[in-house]
Amino acid sequence: MTLLEVHSLAKTFHIHHLQREVPAFANVSFTLRAGEFLLVRGPNGIGKSTLLRCLYRTYLPSGGSAMYESRQGVIDLARAADVDIAQLRRTEIGNVSQFLRPRPRVSALDMVAEPLLAGNTAIDESRRMAGDWLADFGLKSDIWQAYPTTFSGGEQQKVNLARALIAPRRLLLLDEPTASLDAGARAALVSRLAQLKNQGVAMIGVFHHPEDVAKLVDGELQLRVH
Amino acid sequence: MQTLPPQLITARPLLAARNLTRRYGSIVAVDDVSLVVYSGETLGIVGESGSGKSTVLRLLNLEEPADEGQVTLNVPGYGDTNLFSLERFQRRQVQIRHIGIVYQNPHQGLRMRVTSSGNVAERLILAGERRYATLREAARDSLAVSEFPLERMDDLPAKLSGGMQQRVQLAKAIALKPALLLLDEPTTGLDVSVQALVLDTLMRLQRERQIATIVVSHDLGVIRTLADRVMVMRRGRVVEQGLTDQVLDDPQHPYTQQLVHAKL
Repeated sequence: MTLLEVHSLAKTFHIHHLQREVPAFANVSFTLRAGEFLLVRGPNGIGKSTLLRCLYRTYLPSGGSAMYESRQGVIDLARAADVDIAQLRRTEIGNVSQFLRPRPRVSALDMVAEPLLAGNTAIDESRRMAGDWLADFGLKSDIWQAYPTTFSGGEQQKVNLARALIAPRRLLLLDEPTASLDAGARAALVSRLAQLKNQGVAMIGVFHHPEDVAKLVDGELQLRVH
Repeated sequence: MQTLPPQLITARPLLAARNLTRRYGSIVAVDDVSLVVYSGETLGIVGESGSGKSTVLRLLNLEEPADEGQVTLNVPGYGDTNLFSLERFQRRQVQIRHIGIVYQNPHQGLRMRVTSSGNVAERLILAGERRYATLREAARDSLAVSEFPLERMDDLPAKLSGGMQQRVQLAKAIALKPALLLLDEPTTGLDVSVQALVLDTLMRLQRERQIATIVVSHDLGVIRTLADRVMVMRRGRVVEQGLTDQVLDDPQHPYTQQLVHAKL
């Protein structure tokens, strides 16, 4: 089943104080089916992360369409109402970024449990599952109650990944999630992604070291200078 | 690109304000502002001092009338009524039962010569409750939900720290389980660590109750933490609105670009 059909998607930034237009990418088209993994390739600065952010709507696309087959019907991610995008982010589309945005006075365990709590899972069960994920990524259990504001980059990224992946999603956008991870956590991530893929989750990913996920990749999208 | 009307969200917005304008003499404080908020979501309003954001909040709290425009609240009995067209008594009833507000300045929201529990109970008295035991119980519950230290519930607000005063305001605001919660710079002026704790309480409330919330703040960090969507105001007008991360990371309007980049 086709989950996402992207047609001629484009993004240009207008920087008003420089009175400049900065093109990021243009004319991107691809199709993604449930359970497929699409690897986005291209040199630095070509717009790989920008493409993911446009699909998540952190950036507003400038043109084209991204028809997504939601549980409630087809919707154009490029132009959907903000409230619809917010709803899809809560229920269907996940974003796995490179950095955690820790909040003061919120423990690692609770940062991870939060997306489940938002989906009405009971607090004990949410925390138990959060612990499973953190253990899987190799975060020592004696710091689960600590505040990630003080964690190292690698530790923060483990919290970030667990938080991003804990709630069930149908489409995952992965923006260099293996950056700053040790080998053990990288292996745990790849095995978790393989599991999710088998369950039918579709993924679009940017990886600095694509060999990490070589076994998962079904197709590649090469971004080029236009 | 222009966004489309909602397609997945089919419920009616809890709050809809259309074409609000408010003038003070020759000054147009709020100029043709429209907004909607759905149950369970938080809308942030940002802008510099004098942009009209606090005036919008006062209009939505029915504290003063708009010169033009209307406000509807999708609550039983009033769904299709422009709330500005109600007579004073009814308007006050809607305000007490369905709208809660937390002001930046606790003196605006609390009576400093009445105990903290008394401040919260007052809200229930206004709604018609008279039994002492019920009032006390309800005040205690609401203070507990706001994570106020209960051993201090009979202290005067004047004796409390800024963070605790904000918790009393919050307890008062949510005592009658309002459909709409308005927050006007709720953590401005608090120490950073206290601010974090109050934000955490607000986030927990958002999660546990399907309240529609509007938060006004000039602090973009507060907005990023609390708001799903954000509206940027300048000189009484809305210059941009969108998902919070989109407005802060990919601002479209020249003013918003300037505002976002001015942040340290």
